[in-house]
Amino acid sequence: MWEQLADLYATYQSTLGYIGINSLLALSVYTTLSCGQLALGSAGFAAIGAYAAALLTMRAGAPFPLALLAAALLPAAVAVPLGLPVLRLRGVFLAIATIGFGEVVRLGIVNWDYVNGAQGIVAIPQKASLWMIFLAVAVALFALGRLRGSKWGFALEAIREDEPAARTMGIATTSYKLAMLVAGAALAGVAGGLEAHFTFMVAPNGFGFGRVVDMLVFAMVGGAQVFWGPVVGAAFLTLLPEILREVAPLVGIEPGPLRLMVNGLVLLAVILFLPNGIVSLPQRLRELRQARRAAA
Amino acid sequence: MGQQIINGLFLGSIYALFALGYTLVFGVLDILNLAHAAVFMLASFVALALVGHGIPILLALPLAVLFAGLLGVALERIAFRPLRGRADSNISGLISSLAMATVFEAVALEIWGPNISRFPFGTVPETQFSLFGGVVSKLQLAIIAVAVVLFLALTWLVKATRLGREVRAVAESPRAARILGVDVDRAISASFFISSALGGAAGVLFGLAFNSISPDMGRSVELKGLAVIILGGMGSMPGAVMAGFALGLTEVFVVANLGASWRDAVSFAGLFLVLVLRPRGLLGTAALREA
Amino acid sequence: MTALLRLEGLERSFGGVRAVDGATMAVEAGRVHGLIGPNGAGKTTVINLVSGLLSPTAGAIAFDDRAIAGLPPHRIAALGVARTFQNIRLFPDLSARDNVLVGQHLVRRPSLLARMLMLPRARAEEHRARELATALLERVGLSERVGEKARNLSYGEQRRVEIARALASEPRLLLLDEPTAGMNPVEVQSVAALIRKVAAEGHSVLLVEHNVRLVMDVCDRITVLNFGKVIAEGRPAEVATDPAVVAAYLGNPK
Repeated sequence: MWEQLADLYATYQSTLGYIGINSLLALSVYTTLSCGQLALGSAGFAAIGAYAAALLTMRAGAPFPLALLAAALLPAAVAVPLGLPVLRLRGVFLAIATIGFGEVVRLGIVNWDYVNGAQGIVAIPQKASLWMIFLAVAVALFALGRLRGSKWGFALEAIREDEPAARTMGIATTSYKLAMLVAGAALAGVAGGLEAHFTFMVAPNGFGFGRVVDMLVFAMVGGAQVFWGPVVGAAFLTLLPEILREVAPLVGIEPGPLRLMVNGLVLLAVILFLPNGIVSLPQRLRELRQARRAAA
Repeated sequence: MGQQIINGLFLGSIYALFALGYTLVFGVLDILNLAHAAVFMLASFVALALVGHGIPILLALPLAVLFAGLLGVALERIAFRPLRGRADSNISGLISSLAMATVFEAVALEIWGPNISRFPFGTVPETQFSLFGGVVSKLQLAIIAVAVVLFLALTWLVKATRLGREVRAVAESPRAARILGVDVDRAISASFFISSALGGAAGVLFGLAFNSISPDMGRSVELKGLAVIILGGMGSMPGAVMAGFALGLTEVFVVANLGASWRDAVSFAGLFLVLVLRPRGLLGTAALREA
Repeated sequence: MTALLRLEGLERSFGGVRAVDGATMAVEAGRVHGLIGPNGAGKTTVINLVSGLLSPTAGAIAFDDRAIAGLPPHRIAALGVARTFQNIRLFPDLSARDNVLVGQHLVRRPSLLARMLMLPRARAEEHRARELATALLERVGLSERVGEKARNLSYGEQRRVEIARALASEPRLLLLDEPTAGMNPVEVQSVAALIRKVAAEGHSVLLVEHNVRLVMDVCDRITVLNFGKVIAEGRPAEVATDPAVVAAYLGNPK
């Protein structure tokens, strides 16, 4: 029995690790969503963290915890000069500016010979274990959970609901938004650093626009109104392709297109019918049942 | 130098066509339609498929453009209309369009596979002319010509027809437009038709120009398109055209003088500077849209 | 007594329209000062200018002798100015108490570290804050509805939550923008009593209102605005009989 469990573990280790990594990435988009800002620079921040950590362990022989610390701090530091001009922009413009930032990071890496440009770095030592990844997720969830219901959590919610009104109550909204951008950058950086040392390689094409879109989708599908929603979304959407891979031959569609199609349809269904994500499903069902009862 | 200008104009006309579609929908609905690039891509494939069935390109192009327009109308119905009342409709619209883009890409991937497809040899004539010290192919001239015709057609549509007036009214204030008797739903559907038709045209022309069609061909153009509409001013059609040409020309010059790896950096550097220094771009209005 | 709030030649244009056109007025500390005028006179614009949501195109605003025109709203709030909104801007999914808690932002000084480490003093601070919020809601007569989501409250109740929320920051100056709009006479009376109580406790009030009787009852001084200009100023009785005011409200007979 233990052998079977060990086998199961080995097979699914990668999936479990990715559930954790994707959770961190989803949370990195959530931090700014929680105060109403759509900031899509997390792929760039993850890239910075991944490359910084990989370079530190491989070229400078640094201990892994130190590399992870750098993976958190370097993107966080970059987030400050990025955020100050860019957080003033409304809605869609902020999204576009941060998408642009992500592309600039990716293009910078592609054109940087020291890190092998587009080919990326391989043979990164596998120092990230599952428990480290899950510890990181746990710490992130704890911190975000503690924010909720505190003075700062209320301020963030106020900013999301009605930023001008929040300002008239003395909330320095730009500082809060910047703090959330920095926190998100740190989370994305740590995720990048962990991923690099979990999958032995990093390459710039893993940090493009498509990647940050994935992160946004994890957060929205899970539910961006509560801090644990993005983790639910990440878990669901990381497991889904695994399940679909088994299903694909039965349906007669290639796994690649099938995964993409299901992702798209799930996202569409969520945004149209369950805008607050999977975590709001129980409440939604309750509401529908009440409405039906009232109509009867 | 003349060569570069020609190349720049030709690249720019494709960017401009693509960006026009983007900015039209943004101007009318205040929503960024991220499925635009997927329509761009599908139109190209449709043209390819039609040509593969023996339909001449001169007919395949308008048919593909028509297809793109209709796809846009469907897109609006499925992904945008249900969200119209919502408070966060621009973010949810963006995500909804993303979902549709994913679905479109999946369809293309399933039907045509991930590899690059090409138009069969002989689809377009190979003749070239020499002009202003450069070499230009008939195809390049044709693309520029088609683009110009479409710009003029769009301008006429927007300025001189009733539909154009209605679209402009809805762009300014749907509530006021409705009170004035404008069929807002129809105007919005029409905007999406036009927008996606333009994007589709850009897609077919792009596919012909570079003879390279694949499910992810929209990716890089999509982001450049964003840069173009920001530079030109969100919602400004003349701005999109000007900025499209400006980007095309700049990219060609940058590649010629600094090397190909700097090409994409131009659009994003430009995007950044504009957003930080003058968010409304060249010709955009600073006014926020009212409900 | 020096004026707590002073407006000098305040102007604000929108495109070609001068919403506020050279307004000069002063609000004395400890007073209830009314700001009335026909629709479109610029009253809400004045409130937006004082609270910092808008910047003036000309003129000056001094709060406690400090120039505040053009300062960001959160700085102005930190100086001791709080406001309510003409079209009620509560946070709809937060409870009445939580809305008021947000209003306490400026007066709470919890430690982030204590909160993260779940120390007892963090819990104690939150407990105090919640008690205070509940007390404020009692003051406005809403002790029954403390846990109710703001979207489920009646119109009159929502207005009172907004007032409680504004009081939560212990402001020196309270800007009330049509706090009794849509209320029945009984509710109006309780708001009037509340305003008088609040003033007695030391807050100064700038009250924008359409309900002229309320304004006459509650205010120590009144400024009348029309087309963005101050057309009259003085004690209620003086203003009520001022011919310019009568003309503005009733229109020119010619």
